Amino acid sequence: MTAPLLEISGLGKRFGGFVALDGIDLAVAEGERVGLIGPNGSGKSTLVNCICGTLTNEVGSVRFAGESMSGLQAHQRTHRGLARSFQLPRPFTSLTVAGNLRVPLVYTVNARRGTHLSNAEMDARCAELLQLVGLAEKADHFSRDLTQVEMRKLELARAMAAEPKLLIADEAMAGLSQAEVADIVALLIDLNKRGITIILIEHIMRAVMSFSQRLVVLVSGKKIADGKPDVVIANPEVERAYLGQ
Amino acid sequence: MKSSTFALVCVVVAALVFAALRWYGNEYLFFAGYVVLQFIVLATAWNILGGYTGYVNFGSAAFFAVGAYSSIFFHKTFPLPIPVLIVIGGVFAGLVGLGMGYLTLRLRGAFFAIGTLALAVVLQTIITNWTYLGGSRGAYVIRPDEIALVGPYVQYLFLLMLGLAVIAIMVARGIEHSQLGYGFATIRDDELAAEASGVPTLKLKLIATTISGALMGMAGAPFPYYLGYVQPGTVFGLEYAVNSIAMPMIGGTTSWVGPLIGAILLASLQQWATVKFSSELGVLFVGVLLVVFVVLAPKGIVGLVEGWRRGKV
Repeated sequence: MTAPLLEISGLGKRFGGFVALDGIDLAVAEGERVGLIGPNGSGKSTLVNCICGTLTNEVGSVRFAGESMSGLQAHQRTHRGLARSFQLPRPFTSLTVAGNLRVPLVYTVNARRGTHLSNAEMDARCAELLQLVGLAEKADHFSRDLTQVEMRKLELARAMAAEPKLLIADEAMAGLSQAEVADIVALLIDLNKRGITIILIEHIMRAVMSFSQRLVVLVSGKKIADGKPDVVIANPEVERAYLGQ
Repeated sequence: MKSSTFALVCVVVAALVFAALRWYGNEYLFFAGYVVLQFIVLATAWNILGGYTGYVNFGSAAFFAVGAYSSIFFHKTFPLPIPVLIVIGGVFAGLVGLGMGYLTLRLRGAFFAIGTLALAVVLQTIITNWTYLGGSRGAYVIRPDEIALVGPYVQYLFLLMLGLAVIAIMVARGIEHSQLGYGFATIRDDELAAEASGVPTLKLKLIATTISGALMGMAGAPFPYYLGYVQPGTVFGLEYAVNSIAMPMIGGTTSWVGPLIGAILLASLQQWATVKFSSELGVLFVGVLLVVFVVLAPKGIVGLVEGWRRGKV
């Protein structure tokens, strides 16, 4: 058996007296599609932040592609193939939509491959990514002029532009219409078929259920379930904590 | 425009300015022009950090002073030609800049700005108590009246500062058009997202603070020779800190043109006010203009012009 792509063990994070994450163990194999759910404030985004280096975990370890991530800054982790979208969109407001996508191309893809993509190559790549998320017409608009929904799509496209091995999509679909949700799920499944491992954090259950091969549930900073989606959903503890009595 | 073409244009413009002043033949114009040029360098340098990466530095005077006092130090121990002193001043101030860059590890926004202010106070205290450098009494520099090739010494200083202004503008424009400038913009917009996209933010911030600090120090290095007398109260003065912020803000912070316009406009206005009325009035002008621009045109003159052009199209 090969080692998992992402291996989290005993991860803990506190904010003052508040325990945000408590002894999280999670292994994600290469090529897997994992859904991560949990009520608001259960620690999902904190977990993402600890995986990606935005926050530093006090205890436990994160290993990615066989390498310990401790002590690595966020950009170094991105260079190694971890990419994430932010739950609240954080576009580079003074850049155009296409300009936003160029940042990971210039700073991650070039750095990783030691290449120097030409302007034409980068333009082509940006156009392709924007086409995928349905923002092609907005390429030359300033990202600050986008709607919230468009910003979420841009978040996803920017994470994809870094050509990650593992993509973590943090609520990329909030506010999207049913048809758009279906489009994004299809897009993520397609990416996954091309070899990208994906962790999806989402509240829209229909999306999570149709996407995930495996479902992980966080409640109050603890992992309470991990397994096949239909089994997890039927778990009475999950039902009580997350879906209500 | 290619960088080489731009450099050529800069040098030609600078040569024309110098030739025109020589032809006009009034020594005072060189004296006043030196100050304008010095502020072009300071404003451009401030903007590399403050405008491009969004980290506001209130301690410009400290970097200027490091340059000025490194010249004093070498004047007393081992006299060197001014161009060499400019390089040395740049190195020292660049190192201080690098140190300031490490503040950005933990400090953001207003807290970083306060940190830079504290840095200036600490440096001023050190210099004031350093008797070898004149302490609070200040230090005198006896300079020659004339220098070979150029003639009057003030013209020589003017020429040096003109060269520095050209270098500063070329550096700023070069950054803007490079991958570095791109990374700086992402830091200004959103540092977390920049990191997540693979931008090594700390490294870029250290580059910005070092270049910015070095240029400010270079602007300060010839200062003792310009005035002949330096004391901590002068070089650490509010005038430098306020002007280096106000000029880019009024000109516009997003491109190299902004600080240039702001510096020419404000420094000339101040020189005029100093002669006509008093130097305090000059500072007052800057303050009032800064308030007006921050309220009415936060993107500065460049922003106004861009908005006007976009409106027309």
